[in-house]
Amino acid sequence: MQFSSRSLADVVVASPSGQIDHANAERLQQALAPMLDRPAPGTAALVLDFADVEYISSMGLRVLMVAAKQLRARSMRIAVTSLRPVVKEIFDIARFNHVTEVFPSVRAALQALSPAALAAYDIEAR
Amino acid sequence: MKCVRFWGTRGSLPVALTASAVREKVIGALRGAAGRNFASAEELDAYVDRLGMAGAGTYGGHSPCVEIETGAAEYVLCDLGTGVRPFGQRAIARHGAGSPQTYHVFMSHVHWDHIMGFPLFTPAYIRGNRIRIYGGHAVLEEALRRQQAAPSFPVDFSALAATIEFVRLEPGHAYDVAGLTVSLMLQRHAGDSYGYRFSSSGKTVIYSTDSEHALTDADETRRFVEFFRGADLVIFDAMYSLADAISVKADWGHSSNIVGVELCQMAGARHLCLFHHEPVHGDAAIDRVLAETRRFEEITRGGYAPLTVTAAYDGMEIIP
Repeated sequence: MQFSSRSLADVVVASPSGQIDHANAERLQQALAPMLDRPAPGTAALVLDFADVEYISSMGLRVLMVAAKQLRARSMRIAVTSLRPVVKEIFDIARFNHVTEVFPSVRAALQALSPAALAAYDIEAR
Repeated sequence: MKCVRFWGTRGSLPVALTASAVREKVIGALRGAAGRNFASAEELDAYVDRLGMAGAGTYGGHSPCVEIETGAAEYVLCDLGTGVRPFGQRAIARHGAGSPQTYHVFMSHVHWDHIMGFPLFTPAYIRGNRIRIYGGHAVLEEALRRQQAAPSFPVDFSALAATIEFVRLEPGHAYDVAGLTVSLMLQRHAGDSYGYRFSSSGKTVIYSTDSEHALTDADETRRFVEFFRGADLVIFDAMYSLADAISVKADWGHSSNIVGVELCQMAGARHLCLFHHEPVHGDAAIDRVLAETRRFEEITRGGYAPLTVTAAYDGMEIIP
């Protein structure tokens, strides 16, 4: 599993890729830890761009659950975007569509979460 | 091992179909049959079969009781939920009240839904019958005696005429009972529960209910995978969705269909049977969980061997 992240105004967009299975779910947890434990001041939401995530196991979903709980405790929001069909099926079967907000794209998520982050995203996309 | 027969498959609380649920099934079946002609009983049977459990059947509502038919004369059961009552009636109908039988019962734990059938288990009232109750809990006998004490039940445990023995088992040992090799494993559940591995003639059945598989402890996961290793049938507590099992219902001591599939895949098991159904789920909801679990197995199969997935219902029989 690979991982990268960037800040767009008050939103952190994190992009894991590959398989998030039992063997490497902990790596996702470690990658997310800084923004969950010590989010930059003013951060309002975390968007997980799953466009390049091929598979997620129950352990990977557990990492998302922990992240959702920690962020909500700080009154922050969490969203997952761009699910591949197989990953979307896994989300639906596990009922994770009730755990995090799910959007078809990063842009759609930012539109719902933060006008400032959306503006930054659109500038970046030009 | 000839057959595994399910007498009670519901978790937490026995349930029954309501009049409105039966009416809904009848109306659906009649609507579906409108304009059709059934030339033979076979055609009619085929039509009813196509309606599935939600349209023409029910998963049932007895609390846990599973029979393992070994091929020998002595009976082997897992748990004493309300399903043990129809089991007992059938045993008496088969042998007659005057023909003493031996019943071996393996207890996952002593929560109410797993013991509540025993006061109405008729063979316990018949002199000459022998009932051996096995488990890992020190409180096994106390729990069964207490539920029959006044004012909870009119017949005290001491009035039961059968010979009733309690046998304490320990994980890490293999026991020979009624032709089966039996081992047990401590599971995560309030007050502890135990999963069982039954083997005979090259066949293995796992009974693992009321067990929360957190999967956060790699060593624990590895131990369960080894316990399930190569099983022909895994009877698995899949009461909740994964999201519920690790959030609002975390620490409630139950697991999900997703984790059931993953453990069976890692263990190379052949057949996963979803068990301990959520009592608020109707037949259509269990049908949906079953279909989703089969789909999950399909999309996550990868290099694993195909895993058969079924949902237990009262009266179901599986040949391991």
